[in-house]
Amino acid sequence: MQGKLSRFNVAALVLGFAFLYLPIVLLIVYSFNASRLVTVWGGFSTRWYVALFSNQGLLDAAWVTARVAFVSATVATVLGTLAALALTRYTRFRGRFLFSGMVFAPLVMPEVITGLSLLLLFVAVGFDRGFMTVTLAHITFTMCFVAVVVQSRLISFDRSLEEAAQDLGATPTRTFFQVTLPVIMPAVVAGWMLAFTLSLDDLVIASFTSGPGATTLPMKIYSQVRLGVTPEINAVCTILIAIVTVGVLAAAIVNKRRDVQRQRDEQAAQQAEA
Amino acid sequence: MKSLGSIRRSFAPWNDPQARPFISFRNVTKRFGDFTAVDDLSLDIHEREFFALLGASGCGKSTLLRMLAGFEHPTSGAILLDGQDLAGIPPYRRPVNMMFQSYALFPHMSVEANIAFGLKQDGMPKPQIEARVKEMLKLVRLEQFARRKPHQLSGGQRQRVALARSVAKRPKVLLLDEPLGALDKKLREATQFELMDLQQELGLTFLVVTHDQEEAMTMADRIAIMDRGKVMQVATPAEVYEAPASRFVADFVGNVNILEGTVSERSGDAATITGASGAQIRVENAGAAAAGSAVAFAIRPEKIRVSSRRPEGAANVMEGEIWDLAYLGDMTVYHVRLADGQVVKASALNSSRTVDDPLSWEDRAWISFAPDAGVVLTR
Repeated sequence: MQGKLSRFNVAALVLGFAFLYLPIVLLIVYSFNASRLVTVWGGFSTRWYVALFSNQGLLDAAWVTARVAFVSATVATVLGTLAALALTRYTRFRGRFLFSGMVFAPLVMPEVITGLSLLLLFVAVGFDRGFMTVTLAHITFTMCFVAVVVQSRLISFDRSLEEAAQDLGATPTRTFFQVTLPVIMPAVVAGWMLAFTLSLDDLVIASFTSGPGATTLPMKIYSQVRLGVTPEINAVCTILIAIVTVGVLAAAIVNKRRDVQRQRDEQAAQQAEA
Repeated sequence: MKSLGSIRRSFAPWNDPQARPFISFRNVTKRFGDFTAVDDLSLDIHEREFFALLGASGCGKSTLLRMLAGFEHPTSGAILLDGQDLAGIPPYRRPVNMMFQSYALFPHMSVEANIAFGLKQDGMPKPQIEARVKEMLKLVRLEQFARRKPHQLSGGQRQRVALARSVAKRPKVLLLDEPLGALDKKLREATQFELMDLQQELGLTFLVVTHDQEEAMTMADRIAIMDRGKVMQVATPAEVYEAPASRFVADFVGNVNILEGTVSERSGDAATITGASGAQIRVENAGAAAAGSAVAFAIRPEKIRVSSRRPEGAANVMEGEIWDLAYLGDMTVYHVRLADGQVVKASALNSSRTVDDPLSWEDRAWISFAPDAGVVLTR
């Protein structure tokens, strides 16, 4: 380690983390508040968690969100992976530059515009707004995130692996499913998780494209908060935070373990040779 | 283990006009945009031959290999394998397998699964696949590593897995792209002989691409020397070294001295070559060099004798001084500067245990060589 932390560094670190996490900590703490008033501490209680599970409106919204996120993330992963393959593999087709620009434009497009244009499209086509339209909208805007993640993996992909598979008699389709896909799988999974999370917490696009009977959790929370923040909302958010935290930690631990194991294996192989 | 000598000595199908070539490149040209990688190249390779494509990087040797594997398509010309035109046949239907320079082992599969991959694609029944994989593992001595993943293996072991995987399907031709390039020197030398044994044992045709001339000379029955998309010479290692066809080949393979001159006299096969400074070289066989034509006389350093006194009775003698010398243990390399300023390399085997060399820097010295010691090159 290089030197000790100076006082300035410690202060910067504390302030930075406080800035990031203080609001979240506050939210979690107040979710265990016994009082009905959100900002007045009335002792520890889990009553809002109990109340939550009898709030059918919130539970329905959570179920809709989970379904939308699952379906849209899955479809977006398929489409995004295909787009990434096309963009990295066929580098010389006509209009490639335009195409790649168009795939990535939604990354920087204001969500209001994406939402509004999708709404106009659904109205023009005559789609009834509901589960279908939210899901379609989420596929549209998460697909490009998947494409970016998968493309960055494909750029470093050793093409001779695919050549070797074909050389050994695998057709292009089999080569894709038996060699390419397993090798880029971590990136595809990461893309899926990103798409899932983006869909989970999207409010703007969902508000534009959703209809009756397809209220997502963020929409529900937002509409309830407009009537006043209740400790119930804090409880919902705490559960969401817990789910995300467990997911991220699990992924990090699995990755770390694999890296360590890999390094150990490689060292062992080198030593065996010497 | 059986000796290779008896099999190899009699093996020379390229000298038999009746023999049908197994692989034929016919006027093959390959262009990438403006760059011509392979230029109107024709080449015949025979069955069970160990054939090497030797050249510097960018000479088109790898492109040639990739065209045979089906990863690149000739711009014009045809490639025939066992009489069949390969045009339009995709890589996964060609009866050739390739060992890649990077090995290209599938990282998510065990050693076993890597070797079985090609057999599975052919729909071979499971018990047969298992038997074949076992046999291959034994062949490359990796039985106890069957369940390991590629990253758990050393470089030499990975190379052997790649080899086992590429021969598992018993291809008609095995293509090897710089097969030993990633190994260290000691391992490389041992592996050269292993590859030769393996080729004899399996009776396959091997086509190896390499930039390492020692590797090509050691392993191959015949070598094709390539430069800028063209074949400069196809011959056995000994012919390439002792009878190069051009200045390029003579210079590319091993060390050589090239003395420029003109054919001043010709009688039968013999000729006299006169250099710019008037020095004369008598040669026993000048080949096709016509009297009066400009030629190059190429002679290898080990064919030249260096002595401190003028040698008696030698056909060719030139006087000079020791310009430089390098003692290498097994031999000594002398750089002798002739009267006209040209520096000639000569090497002498140190066959006796003498510590003091009679020759030293700036000593007067004579070089001499026999009339059949060098070759006359017109190209």
